[in-house]
Amino acid sequence: MTLRTEPVVVSIGPHHPSTHGVFRMRLTFDGENIVDAEPVIGYLHRGTEKLAEERQYTQVITLTDRLDYVSSMTSNQAFVLSCEKLIGLDVPDRGMYLRVIASELQRIVSHLIGVGFFLQELGGFGGTALMYAFRERERILDLFEMLCGARITVSYARIGGVFADAPADFWPALRRVLDDLPGYTDELEALVFESEIVQARTKGVSVIDPVLAVNASLTGPVLRGSGVAWDWRKAAPYDVYDRVDFDVPVGENGDNYDRFWVRIQEVRQSLRIVEQCVVQIEPGPVRATDAMLFRPPPGEAYVPTESPKGELGFYLVSDGSIAPYRCHVRAPSFINLSLFKEMLVGWKLADAIVSLGSLDFNMGEVDR
Amino acid sequence: MYGLGILKGFRVTLKNFIRKPFTVQYPEERLKQAPRFRGQEFVWYEERCTGCASCAKYCPLGIIRIVTDPDGGDEQEGGSYKIDVFDIDQGRCMYCGLCVEACPYDALHMGSTFEGAQATRADLVITMEVLKERPKHPSTWFRPQLEQAGVDPFGGAPVEWEDAGREAFAWHPKRLQAESKSGPEGSPPASAEGSPPGGGGG
Ligand code: SF4
Ligand code: SF4
Repeated sequence: MTLRTEPVVVSIGPHHPSTHGVFRMRLTFDGENIVDAEPVIGYLHRGTEKLAEERQYTQVITLTDRLDYVSSMTSNQAFVLSCEKLIGLDVPDRGMYLRVIASELQRIVSHLIGVGFFLQELGGFGGTALMYAFRERERILDLFEMLCGARITVSYARIGGVFADAPADFWPALRRVLDDLPGYTDELEALVFESEIVQARTKGVSVIDPVLAVNASLTGPVLRGSGVAWDWRKAAPYDVYDRVDFDVPVGENGDNYDRFWVRIQEVRQSLRIVEQCVVQIEPGPVRATDAMLFRPPPGEAYVPTESPKGELGFYLVSDGSIAPYRCHVRAPSFINLSLFKEMLVGWKLADAIVSLGSLDFNMGEVDR
Repeated sequence: MYGLGILKGFRVTLKNFIRKPFTVQYPEERLKQAPRFRGQEFVWYEERCTGCASCAKYCPLGIIRIVTDPDGGDEQEGGSYKIDVFDIDQGRCMYCGLCVEACPYDALHMGSTFEGAQATRADLVITMEVLKERPKHPSTWFRPQLEQAGVDPFGGAPVEWEDAGREAFAWHPKRLQAESKSGPEGSPPASAEGSPPGGGGG
């Protein structure tokens, strides 16, 4: 005999349900099973796109810091790339290398947080792995502080390169981090990915079909977790990604486990890229122009980049004035949320939090 | 074997258990920031400031308020405006440093502290008087000359206004006045490596 029950609507949030920002989800439960799910967003809306239209191009860089605040370097890079295309600037090699080094370090930070919180969200032995991840993140943030004086809101990139060369003591410090991180990544993998409990909890949960993933415009580790090898660094290399050698790790099943597994593999690939950049980088100018005020010709530009969350690009329209006429942000976190319902329906509340975390979205970017 | 992965995990935990702690006990213990740290408490040299308001124009938030008096000096001859008001509303500042980047005369620098709590929002507005009094420990952010000179904003000696610029600054009127007593003429204004903003090449 089955017990007939009424579906219950539970509103979770607005708080940090999986520590990704102020987000609310409305879940409808039948017993413990989710039958309907609806994301409610907008709590962190700051009108970044509109603010950008009233600011000079260089000033907008400070706004991009605050989009995806765990990966400001890549947001900076994406924005200045679009500006450079709009203006038609060539960036000196050293500037491009420094941008790539900074962005790849930022990718490691972002993925470490993603994987660290993964265990937090699983509930069981959260905290431990998170703190290990934060310890390594801290060291990379110290590197950022040496580079540009800030840890989160970096504003390092400038139109035409980066604002300044790395200080002399940056390179030995980077070396130490590069020496330690591979061993640490092994540790994290042993702790998280080989644990049977984690595997039992996440394998086969919230599977995203590759066809569905492509149709829903998912990008980044979420798409690659479903087995689609699509990476803008390979598809349309920007800066110096065509001069370095790296692989694009892909998952097999498209479940929660694979999405996190892809992230930890990407940490290794990022380390590989940084190692190669450190060897290849040569002395020289880091900035094409010292100008702070730009008046690009009327036109439009869009450069897709691979941020840790997926395809990030700034669509800029210029009317020939000193500020963008229109600035649209193609935010990967926002678009990756589109399969929210498909991922959650049929699973339990405890899985929902992990599935949400596996999207590794960031509300700063979703709401903008 | 089932459980092997968990045992491996415990080995990692054990390894970390015997590791030296990474954390420090703030506020008793403090970590040292990098010299480029974009901290609170701007460092401003009134001798260098011409009142050009580039910094105010470049601030993305428009929180620097400058009121100048055109009767202050002969601007065409390298003189400065007389500055009546120079307020920075730190309560809204995001420490992006664009104002420092824009200052063509190296008059404004990022500070190096980070504990600036105040009881009211109004107290967060730092005025010219406060800026004048502040100990001069500029951060080396966007100031390659300070970086080359090895300025340490944390515990190092304060930087005098003559040493804060990216050029000899020999043509500054106050320097000229001082030197005209001793004899040698100052070099002409704005030499090749002189004042335009930038110099990010490092
Ligand atoms: S640091 Fe940035 S926000 Fe603060 S006063 Fe300078 S330009 Fe404005
Ligand atoms: S940009 Fe520099 S010189 Fe000009 S008003 Fe500001 S602090 Fe003074």
